Amino acid sequence: MQNADIQLNEQGELKHFLTLDGLDRDTLTAVLDRAETFTSVNDKVVKKAPLLRGKTVANIFFENSTRTRTTFELAAKRLSADVLNLNLVTSSTKKGETLLDTLRNLEAMQCDMFVVRHGDSGAAHFIATHVAPGISVINGGDGQHSHPTQGMLDMFTIRRAKGAIEGLVVTIIGDILHSRVARSNIVALRTLGAAEIRIVAPRTLIPKYIEDMGVRVFNRVEQALEDADVVMGLRLQNERMQGGTIPSADEFYAMYGLTPERLRLAKPDAIVMHPGPTNRGVEIEGSVADGAQSVILQQVTFGIAVRMAVMAIAMGTTASDSGTAT
Amino acid sequence: MTQYSIHNARVIDPDSGVDEIRSLHISGQHIVATGDAPEGFTADSEVDASGLIASPGLVDLYARLREPGFEKKATIATEAKAALYGGITTVICSPDTDPVVDEVATVELIHRRAADAGFANVKPLAALTRQLNGEQLGEIATLCEAGCVGATNADNPISNTLVIRRLMEYARTFNIVLVFAPVDAWLATGNGAHEGSVATRLGIPAIPVAAETVALSMLIELATLTGASIHFSRLTSARGIELVRDAKNRGLPVTADTSISHLFFSEQGINDFNSAFKSVAPFRSEQDRQALRDSVLDGTLDAICSDHSPHEVDAKLVPFPTAAAGLSTLDTFLPQLLKFQQETQSELSTLMRLVTSGPASVFGLDCGTLQAGAIADITLFDPTISRTVTHAGLLSMGKNTPCLGEEFQGQVTKMVIAGRLIDINRR
Repeated sequence: MQNADIQLNEQGELKHFLTLDGLDRDTLTAVLDRAETFTSVNDKVVKKAPLLRGKTVANIFFENSTRTRTTFELAAKRLSADVLNLNLVTSSTKKGETLLDTLRNLEAMQCDMFVVRHGDSGAAHFIATHVAPGISVINGGDGQHSHPTQGMLDMFTIRRAKGAIEGLVVTIIGDILHSRVARSNIVALRTLGAAEIRIVAPRTLIPKYIEDMGVRVFNRVEQALEDADVVMGLRLQNERMQGGTIPSADEFYAMYGLTPERLRLAKPDAIVMHPGPTNRGVEIEGSVADGAQSVILQQVTFGIAVRMAVMAIAMGTTASDSGTAT
Repeated sequence: MTQYSIHNARVIDPDSGVDEIRSLHISGQHIVATGDAPEGFTADSEVDASGLIASPGLVDLYARLREPGFEKKATIATEAKAALYGGITTVICSPDTDPVVDEVATVELIHRRAADAGFANVKPLAALTRQLNGEQLGEIATLCEAGCVGATNADNPISNTLVIRRLMEYARTFNIVLVFAPVDAWLATGNGAHEGSVATRLGIPAIPVAAETVALSMLIELATLTGASIHFSRLTSARGIELVRDAKNRGLPVTADTSISHLFFSEQGINDFNSAFKSVAPFRSEQDRQALRDSVLDGTLDAICSDHSPHEVDAKLVPFPTAAAGLSTLDTFLPQLLKFQQETQSELSTLMRLVTSGPASVFGLDCGTLQAGAIADITLFDPTISRTVTHAGLLSMGKNTPCLGEEFQGQVTKMVIAGRLIDINRR
């Protein structure tokens, strides 16, 4: 069991948000419930809450991102925080500055929260370990390890559509090996009581020891989809399509692509999810991504509410504070 | 010539099967007798070693001393001192320095630095290929005449099997022992971590057991073909042990070791991305660890090495995937060995063999024994003294040990190296 202590304070409350691994059901449910307070009945996210007024959130992105960075920025702004966006993909690290030095410089700018995306697994843990006390670290994706806010927004989206996670059959299709989204979702689904977590892909894209995380591995997508409540696609990175792990994007689509015919094997009310950006005609057919069962765009919308919830909780505000939303 | 006797120590000499309280008589650089003094021997001084255990000076088969080239990590002088004060009198060092040990001048430099420092003996391994490039044969015959004890490509891969065959044939011509840490470079998609459930959960590229066993199988087949003497260094897996056991049973001239750290640590260490447990030879499953513990006790393995890898603090102060791999182990080598003995309730002499005559015989060295006539390299330690590992207390420049804060029993109090008696007072 992974030691989650580092992200909890003495009272057992979240001070960082690094991984879903090690967090109990109550903690995850509290995040989802808090996100509910930031959404209205028609799935709109509340425009403004004063919870982080006077606080500065630094979005520190060492990897390119549009969706995640933008929704974090929106979430912080809707909580009334000041936002500093730092794109370090080509910046200081290339000049030889270490991550720790970059961190110290940002501390000197007196930020209250770091949202970090980094290509190294464990980067967020590393930063949380070395950060000055009082600064919260939110993992915006670290290597192939974890993407906990994505995991939570996926859970939120499922809960909205299905009422609960408990008892659901969830099928995840695609590149599990390189996917932090898959790892976070697997952990969250297990903690929240999904009946069965299925993963399906060519064995080249499935880590050998993945079953230890509590999933069932399928070879054929047709079998994995049978009677599923939730179908998740994963993005196949361009560099994986060059013959190293799969022969071609075309063959992947032929064998694993989510087509309307295949989707019919799942339950009639199954929802289709994808963390984006989608490769149409590689992982998913356009008509499925845009179809009635797709909740892909809701995932993006809910991402704002969920990230607001995570930021609000990590900064120590309580749900009753949220009542002052304007 | 100075002559003296050490009395009342419990003398453990696995080479001669001695484990009893008896005297050691030293003249000049040599042990002249154990037990009764030889006729006509007059001691200039007598040393009372009551309560101490005396063993041959420890022999470490694999340590990275970092000099020349990486002096910010460690120097020969600092590490040779850490070794000696930790009970080790002979350190065999890796050739992956800068420049690599592929020229006689570098061998001479290492010998000179070690001699100037005056602590443990330092014996280099020769670079098996030029620049450790894995392609051209190194001048290993010349290098071994200059004092290298064997040859290795360190942690650098040799992917061309024909090159490996030629290296083995060449080494066999000159009776040179080749040291391989068996890792198939293609299969090792990560570094410093075992491919298992922990690395899978953490999303860390890792090294599967098959990287070791594929390389071992290939090396064993080529050893069969060529008749070369091979030492397998730093084994990590249960399956790897089986392959070595089979090869030995078939009568191949192979020997093998694991590191002291592998007897204690498993993949669980890297939980929470703790880079202190990031090791070049990865810590594997609990089952692998248990198999390694069994294999040192049942005699499958010939030695336990330190696999010492000192790093500057900054090398580990980065996220796990980019952190330097390796543990600093010279300071804790003997204390950990004694802890292992306590945990397993095994015979101390069985374990001492693995760090004295066992490793010495891998390269046919004339140390690791207390037999009359041998060089007087002796480790004297008090098994009752406990000591906590602290940053400041480490003599190695590498403070990268996961044992910080841990208390160990057993402390070296005197060392004899080539007859020279050194009091070590570290309380």
